[in-house]
Amino acid sequence: MSALAKLDRLDEAEITAADTVAAFLAEQEAKSFLRFLTCGSVDDGKSTLIGRLLYDTKLIFEDQLASLESESKKFGTTGEDIDFALLVDGLESEREQGITIDVAYRFFATARRKFIVADTPGHEQYTRNMATGASTADLAIVLIDARKGVLPQTRRHSFIASLLGIRHIVVAINKIDLADYSQETFDQIVADYRRFAADFGFETITPIPMSARYGDNVTTRSRKMGWYDGPTLLDHLETVAVDDRTDDLPLRFPVQYVNRPHLDFRGFAGTVASGAVAVGDEVVVAKSGKTARVSRIVSMDGNLEAAATGQAVTLVLNDEIEVSRGNMLVAPEERPHIASQFEANIVWFGEQPLLPGRSYILRTETDQVSANVTALRHKVDVNTFAEEAARHLDLNEVGVINIATQSDLAFDPYAKNRATGAFVLIDRVTNATVGAGMINSALRRADNIHWQALDVNKASRAEAKGQKPAVLWFTGLSGSGKSTVANILEKRLHAKGKHTYTLDGDNVRHGLNRDLGFTDEDRVENIRRVGEVAKLMSDAGLIVLCSFISPFRAERRMVRDLLDEGEMITIWVDTPIEECARRDPKGLYKKAYAGEIENFTGVDSPFELPERAEIHLKAKDRTAEDMADEIEAWMIERGYI
Amino acid sequence: MNAPLSHLQRLEAESIHIFREVAASFDNPVMLYSVGKDSSVMLHLALKAFYPAPPPFPFLHVDTTWKFREMIEFRDRMARDKGFDLLVHTNEEARDEGVGPFTHGSSVHTHLYKTVGLRQALDKYGFDAAFGGARRDEEKSRAKERIFSFRNASHGWDPKNQRPEMWNIYNTRVAKGESIRVFPLSNWTELDIWQYILQERIPIVPLYFAKQRPVVERDGMLIMRDDDRMELLPGEEPKEQMVRFRTLGCYPLTGAIESEADTLEAIVAEMLVARTSERQGRLIDKDEAGSMEKKKREGYF
Repeated sequence: MSALAKLDRLDEAEITAADTVAAFLAEQEAKSFLRFLTCGSVDDGKSTLIGRLLYDTKLIFEDQLASLESESKKFGTTGEDIDFALLVDGLESEREQGITIDVAYRFFATARRKFIVADTPGHEQYTRNMATGASTADLAIVLIDARKGVLPQTRRHSFIASLLGIRHIVVAINKIDLADYSQETFDQIVADYRRFAADFGFETITPIPMSARYGDNVTTRSRKMGWYDGPTLLDHLETVAVDDRTDDLPLRFPVQYVNRPHLDFRGFAGTVASGAVAVGDEVVVAKSGKTARVSRIVSMDGNLEAAATGQAVTLVLNDEIEVSRGNMLVAPEERPHIASQFEANIVWFGEQPLLPGRSYILRTETDQVSANVTALRHKVDVNTFAEEAARHLDLNEVGVINIATQSDLAFDPYAKNRATGAFVLIDRVTNATVGAGMINSALRRADNIHWQALDVNKASRAEAKGQKPAVLWFTGLSGSGKSTVANILEKRLHAKGKHTYTLDGDNVRHGLNRDLGFTDEDRVENIRRVGEVAKLMSDAGLIVLCSFISPFRAERRMVRDLLDEGEMITIWVDTPIEECARRDPKGLYKKAYAGEIENFTGVDSPFELPERAEIHLKAKDRTAEDMADEIEAWMIERGYI
Repeated sequence: MNAPLSHLQRLEAESIHIFREVAASFDNPVMLYSVGKDSSVMLHLALKAFYPAPPPFPFLHVDTTWKFREMIEFRDRMARDKGFDLLVHTNEEARDEGVGPFTHGSSVHTHLYKTVGLRQALDKYGFDAAFGGARRDEEKSRAKERIFSFRNASHGWDPKNQRPEMWNIYNTRVAKGESIRVFPLSNWTELDIWQYILQERIPIVPLYFAKQRPVVERDGMLIMRDDDRMELLPGEEPKEQMVRFRTLGCYPLTGAIESEADTLEAIVAEMLVARTSERQGRLIDKDEAGSMEKKKREGYF
C-alpha cells in the first residue's frame, strides 16, 4: 500500500477539529509545485499514464469512477479493464476516435508536491496543442512504446520541448510488459534517445521502464523488473529539482495595465516576470531609459515592502514619468534589449504557410506591434535536425526567422528569460494564433537605422502641390480592366493639375521586382515592395495609382497598415472571370487553362475577395470611362481632389 | 533570494493577471456572476486586481427565476456592499411561456434560461469578453478548454479548433460580434477554492453551511423545497434535515448533501474525505457523458 501512504487525504477519524484543518492547510501551502506534460507519439499511452497517476493517487471520485467504468465498456480499447485514457480524453470526438486532439490539464497532489499535468496529443497534426502544453511546463515525460522505439514524433516533441526551454526529461519506456520486461530493449531505446537528444541542452534525462496500463513503476515499484534500480515515476516527479531560476534574474516588470482611478493615483499593474522589486528601488522604463523610484507597492491587503517573481502587484513611482502597457520597468544595471529587428526560433501553427515579407501582429505578454518576417533563415528537419534552406514554413514546421517590428520591442533572449523572450504571431485577417516565437538575439542593424524627423514633411509637400496624398489601389483579376481604368483616371487627374504616378505590373516587374516570379512567396514580396514604394511616393505628396491583381487579403491589409489612416483607397474592379478570359488581352488565360502557366489567379490560385474595398466597381457591361467617372466623383465628394 | 510563492499565492497572481489582461485589451468586458462560491472568489480576485479602483466592468447575473431565494438576497447584498454594477437578465420569452424544470424537464429549462438567456444578454449589451468561473477540475470537457476561449459570432465553441495558448501570452483579438470567454479560475481545484475562501474569509451564500432545511427525496437526490412551485408527489413529505449544498444552481436541480459542517473549517474537513465530485449533485450534467461539451458548444458557460 505504498501508494496509499502517499495520499494527502486524511482519514475521517483524523479530522475532528479546526486546528487539524489548519495544520493540514499549512502543510498544503508548504508543498512545492511542478508543472509537467506528457508527450510522444500516438498510442504510446500518454492519456493512460495520466489516468493511472490520478487513479493510483486516489484523485478519482466514486461517481467519476462509475462513469469511467460504463464508458470503458462503450468506448474502451482495453477489453474488460478500465480504460484510463477516457479519464482525460474529454471531448466527444476524442472518445469516439480513441485519440487525443487537444491538451487536457489535470491536477493532483501527493504529500510532497502539487502537480499540474498537461496531457498533450501525439498526432503531428495537433503539434500546436502539444506546444501549448509545453510552454508552461518545467518537465516533459516523453513516452516511447517499448515495441516501437524512438519514432519521428518522439524526436519532434523532444526538439520542441528543448526549444521551449524545458530542461528536464523523463523518458518513459512504456508497454514494457509487451516487450517481456526486457532490459536489453530498454537499454537500446535509452541509448537511441540519448544519442539524438545529446545537443538539446537537457539538464536531466531520466529513463524509466513502465507499464502505465498495469501500473508497473508508475507509483509502485514493479516486481517484474529486478534489473531496474532507478526511481518510480512518481518518486522522481516528487523529488526532481527544477530550480526556478527566475528569482536570480534582474527585475523585469512588464506593465500590463495603468490603474488611474483618479488624478491622485497612478499605479502600474503587472506581474513580476523575473527578479524582485522593493519600495525605494530605482527602476528604469525600458524603452525610454527614464528612471524613477518605487514609492509604494499597493495591494488590497495593505502596502507591501517588496514583491517577488510571479506576484501580481501594482507599483507607484515617485516621479510622473510616461509608462504605458507594453513597456517594462527594469533593473537599471541590467537592461533588456530594445530593438525593432531580431532573430527568433519559430514553431508554425498556421494552416496558411509562413511567408517571408508577410505582415503579422506580434504579441508578447503585454506588448502588441505590427511585424514583418523579413527573412526565413532556415527550417529544421525534425528527424535529422539538419538546417535546410526554405522559402516558406508549413503547419507544424520549425525554423529560424528574422523579424522587423513597426516600433521598438523590449525583450531578453528566450534562453535567458522565458517570460520576456517569447512572443506569438497572429494572422491579421483571421486573428488566429499562427506561430510561437522565441527570440535569440537583436539584429545589429536595428541600432543604426533611425528615421530622421525632417522639417520638410509629407504635409508640407502635399500642400505645395495643392493636393491630398492618396494611394488608389486597383485590385482584380488579370484582364479585369484595372490598368485601363487607372490610365483614364490618371489622365483626368493630370488634366486637373494633380501630381500623380502609376505603378503597375509592367513597370515594376521589369525593374524593381525583376528577380521575383509568381509563387505565393514571390507574390507577397512583390506587393510588399510595391507597398513600400507607394508609401514613399505618398510621403512625397503624390496621388499614386497602383494596379495589381493582389489576390491575397493579407497583403492588401499589409499595404493599408503601411499607410496613414484614410490614405489607401481600395478599388475592386469586379469583372466576372468568364469576361476576363474572353478578353484575354495577353493570351494568359488560354495558357493557364492549357496548364502552361502555374499559379494563375482565378484558375489554380485563389483571388480572396476584398472585404472592405472603398469602391466596388461592378464592371460587367460598363465602360472604363464610366468607372473612372465613379472614382473621380468619389474622390471629389471626400475632398481628395 | 525570496521564498517561493505558496500555492494559493501563485493561483491568485495568475487570476489577477488574467483579469487585468482583459481590462487592458477588450472594449466591453463583463463578469458572469452566478452567486456561487466560485463567483465569490472571482469577485474577490477582481477587487484585488484593480485595487484601489473598482473593477472596470459590470457584473451580469443570468437569472433563471428558479434560483434559491437566499442566492438572490446574497447577490443584491453583495452588489450593495461591494458597490459593483449589477446587471440581471432573464429570458423573458421563456418566463412568459412558463418554462420550468418540473414542466419542461431539466434540459429544456437549462437550455432556455441559461444558454439562450446568456446569449441574449451578451448580444443585448454587445460584450466582447465575459469572465466565467469554470475550473478545469470540474469536468472533462472543461479540462480541455483554454483560459481565453474563443467564441464565434453565434457564441459557439469549436473544441477541435482552439487557438494555441502559449505561455501567459493571450490572443485577445476578435472580429466584430465574436467574443472570448475568459476563465480566471481554470487552474484552481475545488479544494483550492475552499482553502482560499477560508484564508481570505470571503463571504459566501449561507446555503453552503449545514442547517436544518426542509428537503424532499426525489430521484435519489435531496431537493430543498424553496417555494410552492415545486408540487409534492404522492408519498412525498418535506423533512427537516441537517443539510448543505456543495454547488448552487436552480433549486429543483441541485441536490443537498447530509452534513453537519456549519463552519468553513468543517466544510474543508468534509471536502478532504469526500468520495464524490461536486458535480454529482447537479442534475443537468447527468444526461450523458459529453453533455457539458454539447452545452458549451451551444454557448453555455
